[in-house]
Amino acid sequence: MSDAKPIIEATHLDKFYGDFHALKDIDLTVHQGEKMVICGPSGSGKSTLIRCFNGLEWHNSGTLVIDGIEVHEQSKQMRGLRQEVGMVFQQFNLFPHLTVLENLMIGPMKVRRLTRGQAEETARKYLDRVHIPEQADKYPAALSGGQQQRVAIARSLCMETRIMLFDEPTSALDPEMINEVLDVMVELAHSGMTMVVVTHEMGFARKVADTMVFMEQGEIVEVSSPDRFFTSPSSERCRLFLNQILEY
Amino acid sequence: MDAPDLTGLKGQPLPQRPAFQRFLGSTAVSVAIYTAVMVVIVYSSYVGAKNMGYNWQWNRVPQFLYSFTDDGFQLGEIGYGLLATIQLSATAFALAVVLGLLVALLRLSGLVMGTAVSIGFLEFVRNIPLLVLLYLFYYVLGPIFGYDRYWASILTLAVFHSALISEIFRAGINAVDKGQWEAAKSIGMRSEQIYRYIILPQSIRFMLPPMTGEAVHLIKSSAIVSVIAVAELTTVGRNIISDTFMSFEIWFTVAIVYMAVTLILSVGVTYLEHRYTVDQ
Ligand SMILES: Nc1ncnc2c1ncn2[C@@H]1O[C@H](COP(=O)(O)OP(=O)(O)OP(=O)(O)O)[C@@H](O)[C@H]1O
Ligand SMILES: [Mg+2]
Repeated sequence: MSDAKPIIEATHLDKFYGDFHALKDIDLTVHQGEKMVICGPSGSGKSTLIRCFNGLEWHNSGTLVIDGIEVHEQSKQMRGLRQEVGMVFQQFNLFPHLTVLENLMIGPMKVRRLTRGQAEETARKYLDRVHIPEQADKYPAALSGGQQQRVAIARSLCMETRIMLFDEPTSALDPEMINEVLDVMVELAHSGMTMVVVTHEMGFARKVADTMVFMEQGEIVEVSSPDRFFTSPSSERCRLFLNQILEY
Repeated sequence: MDAPDLTGLKGQPLPQRPAFQRFLGSTAVSVAIYTAVMVVIVYSSYVGAKNMGYNWQWNRVPQFLYSFTDDGFQLGEIGYGLLATIQLSATAFALAVVLGLLVALLRLSGLVMGTAVSIGFLEFVRNIPLLVLLYLFYYVLGPIFGYDRYWASILTLAVFHSALISEIFRAGINAVDKGQWEAAKSIGMRSEQIYRYIILPQSIRFMLPPMTGEAVHLIKSSAIVSVIAVAELTTVGRNIISDTFMSFEIWFTVAIVYMAVTLILSVGVTYLEHRYTVDQ
């Protein structure tokens, strides 16, 4: 990874919610093509961190450089940047009043300014990629959770983003649907996409992660390769956490 | 007092209401009671009016609604008054919706000035009687800005109802899950695109019933513009009465015409709403 160019660089990032110190002095670099998995206990700031990466939250101090451009709340580049950084949410957040195809086409048409024909072509291409071309004309409510999350992934892909953020993409799913979503994510990883994934699916992490990150109470406690991370994590807290989630 | 023995009721269907309550609650009996009450009211007012020496002339009423002449079907004065009321209300409502949306968006903008302006506007409108607002628009602002009584009426109704409509918009917009905002932002949409393509289409579902209520409310409050003699249903009623002295018949007729219009509106929207939800 060391020869790839950095695409997200956070240095001394701090984030407060009122008095609450949600992110503490975060230093983190994601390189192009890297797959990073972030884990840690509930409330440790994982969501807050990746939401800073696409401007859904803003850091209060420190610097955040994405694709060579420094971003902060006053800078106007964030919307352009969002077209580079896609996000998949725990609750899918599909647009319920639009069909699957329309969900995928709206970004390309309204933001990327493609024609309807081009947008539909893009949409169908990525719907194929997530293996549900036959659901194109249904409304989201008619799909299973796993299918909805795959549509959400396709919706992000339609923006031809270079970085994809995932915030616990499988934790709202019934167990039998988790694998179909993880499979799509593994395929995406193999296609060379830069991915930052908040998840506790350690099987997925072992399969694709280049880097493991462990967070606790707003701090990054450990950054290491999966081999190190799963066999001999350097911090005691991380080891305890792994024991807890791997027990089941 | 003996405590009722409930042990035997465990796991059984709820006891039925007593027979006579069920009887009173049935549709047929409700209709019968309703009809009886209406008959009593109508009959007693009829008798009461007769005792006052009122001369009922219902046969002269239809000509004010419509007539058949050599030219065929012709609307009467009340018919034209109704059209004027509908036109006035529709224009005012359209304006009120635009204004209401602007006020709601200002309020939701998060800008300190925007919020202050919209709250100021809401408090101003909410705490002034409709009639005073009308006088303000007609006698004060009318001469200043040079518009006539017709536009004074439209502006008054639009401003008055935009306050309530902005609250409907605000509630409807807030009812949409905030995840929708985040998803739309994360594919790079601008705020106005998010409102237009994502938020408003979803909030229509929440807004349709209260909006209909507001439209009905506006049609009814439009009668107030008769005090500045704008030609519409209520003004027409007053004019006919000053010519014919049939005040009882005409006011009854005018009331029924208002009722018919607002009922048709409510039923029509309920039907639309039903179709809209089935489509999704
Ligand atoms: N909008 C907010 N206002 C105030 N506090 C917040 C807000 N969002 C998050 N927090 C707080 O910040 C801390 C970190 O939250 P965050 O959602 O990033 O945690 P997380 O690691 O993603 O946890 P989880 O596994 O539960 O999703 C939590 O203590 C949370 O209560
Ligand atoms: Mg979270």
